[in-house]
Amino acid sequence: MGDINEIFETSRKTLQEIEQRLEMPRREFLQFCATLAVTMGLPTGAEAAVAKAIESAKRPSVIWLHFQECTGCSESLLRAEHPTLEKLILDVISLDYHETLMAAAGHQAEAARKSAMQANKGKYVLVVEGAIPTKSNGIYCKIGGQTAIDMVKEVAADAAAVIAIGSCASWGGMPSTISPLSDSSPTGSAGVAEVLGKPVVTIPGCPPNPYNFLATVVHFLTFGKLPEVDKLGRPKFAYSRLIHENCERRAHFDAGRFAMEFGDAGHRQGYCLYKLGCKGPETYANCSTLGFGDAGENNWPVGCGHPCIGCTEKGVGFQKPIHQVARMLNVTPPLQYPRIVEEQGKAASFASAAAVAAVAGAAAGAAIMLTRNLGLSHAAAEAERARDAGDAGKPTAAEDKAQV
Amino acid sequence: MGTRRDFLKGVLASGAAATACAAAVPALARETRPRPPEALGLLYDATLCVGCKACVAACKESNNNPPEFSTVDHLWDTPLDTSGYTFNIIKMYRNGTMDAKDQETNGYAFMKTSCMHCGDPSCVSACPVSAMTKDPETGVVGYNPDKCIGCRYCVAACPFGIPKYQYDSPTGRIGKCELCRHRHKDGRYSACAEVCPTGATLFGRTEDLLAEAKRRLAMKPGELNRFPRGRLRPAQERMLQGKPDGKGQKHRHGWRDEPDQSYETPAGKYLQHVYGEKEYGGTQVLKLSAVNFEKVGMPDLPPEAAAAMSETIQHNLYGNLIMPFAVLGAMTYVAKRNVKPDDESSGKEEG
Repeated sequence: MGDINEIFETSRKTLQEIEQRLEMPRREFLQFCATLAVTMGLPTGAEAAVAKAIESAKRPSVIWLHFQECTGCSESLLRAEHPTLEKLILDVISLDYHETLMAAAGHQAEAARKSAMQANKGKYVLVVEGAIPTKSNGIYCKIGGQTAIDMVKEVAADAAAVIAIGSCASWGGMPSTISPLSDSSPTGSAGVAEVLGKPVVTIPGCPPNPYNFLATVVHFLTFGKLPEVDKLGRPKFAYSRLIHENCERRAHFDAGRFAMEFGDAGHRQGYCLYKLGCKGPETYANCSTLGFGDAGENNWPVGCGHPCIGCTEKGVGFQKPIHQVARMLNVTPPLQYPRIVEEQGKAASFASAAAVAAVAGAAAGAAIMLTRNLGLSHAAAEAERARDAGDAGKPTAAEDKAQV
Repeated sequence: MGTRRDFLKGVLASGAAATACAAAVPALARETRPRPPEALGLLYDATLCVGCKACVAACKESNNNPPEFSTVDHLWDTPLDTSGYTFNIIKMYRNGTMDAKDQETNGYAFMKTSCMHCGDPSCVSACPVSAMTKDPETGVVGYNPDKCIGCRYCVAACPFGIPKYQYDSPTGRIGKCELCRHRHKDGRYSACAEVCPTGATLFGRTEDLLAEAKRRLAMKPGELNRFPRGRLRPAQERMLQGKPDGKGQKHRHGWRDEPDQSYETPAGKYLQHVYGEKEYGGTQVLKLSAVNFEKVGMPDLPPEAAAAMSETIQHNLYGNLIMPFAVLGAMTYVAKRNVKPDDESSGKEEG
């Protein structure tokens, strides 16, 4: 592993073919492979395996379905530069069905999907973008007269892998937001896993970083299986860390420096956005480590001064108000120190001391009175018993005498 | 009965009994116990500490302790002192304008507060049920919540104020550093030392740590020197003990292997004092500082452990139950003397 030269030697021919096919210089191609390997957190040298996998002429067939969505995920993918989307869909993968990008329309389009499914049965990759409405038998979203539910089930049946891209496909996302006035979303939107009844790989985000998707696809190509995922189906290489953990503004959080409102002095200094409602502390994603759109780092919401809305996290994004402060999932020490001797609690104030003294005095007085009264009643009882004994004793003595 | 004569007779008798018992048991003067030879401990070097609190966070994590809040908004783990849920904390000495680190006037300094693992611990001595124990081999002062009765004598006994009780819980327990002994079986040592980026907290055998501390005291302030990080490695230990470099001795303590992390940095302006070398008969955690130890919260303690003296007194008094018997006898006598039995008085009336 890791010997790039070896690859050059053994597959010079293939690389030349790739150069022609991808219209990408060899150097750039290997850079692309390295980018994806790094995104996936693969060890040094893995780019060789990635390169070999992509070199192979067998491009996997990909069927991309769109349901309740805004096409933002596709738009995000269009902004990927390594490689550009056309190179990806024409040369790395074979995108056989994508409503926005394919040239075909109408019955022709549906025929393309059917034939791709037929030809690559059990081998194609299904990508779903958008939520699936489940209310009223799913009539709220139909393509070619077929409901979204039927279509996703039909295509998923023979797919080698199912990937849900975007928050909508992952768990329902924005369309599944339930208004406080009702108990379900207007169309009963659900994610792919829920509709299929089995776990799928999810790439949540609104939109997700295209490299998280590309890396997942390339992982599938390279290793023949989908990457390791967390319990929500998110690839661990991208979604195992809290945004807050690696945030470029973290130092400001630890030091207690916060932007209190948009445009204030702290906001302009780039202070932490926690108090403006940043959901970084409860959102798992790699936004803070992998910028968007190849426009350099800091190119993400927090980088440009807006708090994270938690779009990759079910129950946070589209559910919690954007400026509501986040729940801290991981509490660590701040940049403040306790003093050597730290006064804890407050010394008794004069008023509280007086109150305690008054209560104590009252209690003592009550105790004295109680014992005195007990003594009095005891004395009274004793006197009474003595009197009774005296009264009873006399007649007895008289009786005795009488008997004697 | 009840005459002066009887009283004096009783006093004499009980005195004689007490003397007889005391004579039978020789006085149990107990010496301060030294650290076990293989005692494990930490060396905290305040001049190397940068106050990052990685050790505080790692301690919480490896002991599964929840955060504690002392600020209005609950954003940070901000304990003000060790507690039932905080076993390790970095405190800060502040003076005047706080211009420079490790400077007594107009300066600041850090100090780690955690269990010192005394050679002769008061908490173990005070514990009535052996919930607090000192490991005979590693010397780690451990706590067993299943044996604890919650009396909190250990809390009162410790001169460093380390064992703390979880007062908020109905089934509270004592919280204190146990040198991460639960990690030892996996070959991992104290989390605080493992994560320390500057080697300010160093793990090892106390004997080696003491040699390392002395090596540091001999350094010229400001001079570049090598400082180990994490734990002392066998080779470093051998060097510190004046033996030839022991190659191939990687797993002496069964610790997991890790790369040598030692690095070069200028030596600090140490006070010529290794705190814990003699204090209280010697502790297993040692400390170096540039600021007076009392000012950074380490009490000035005699070289004898309080446990030695208190146990000498207690074991003498309670040896062969002399004191209980003597006191019981005296009390019985006094009680008997002062009680006027009812039957006696009624008998008098009848008579």
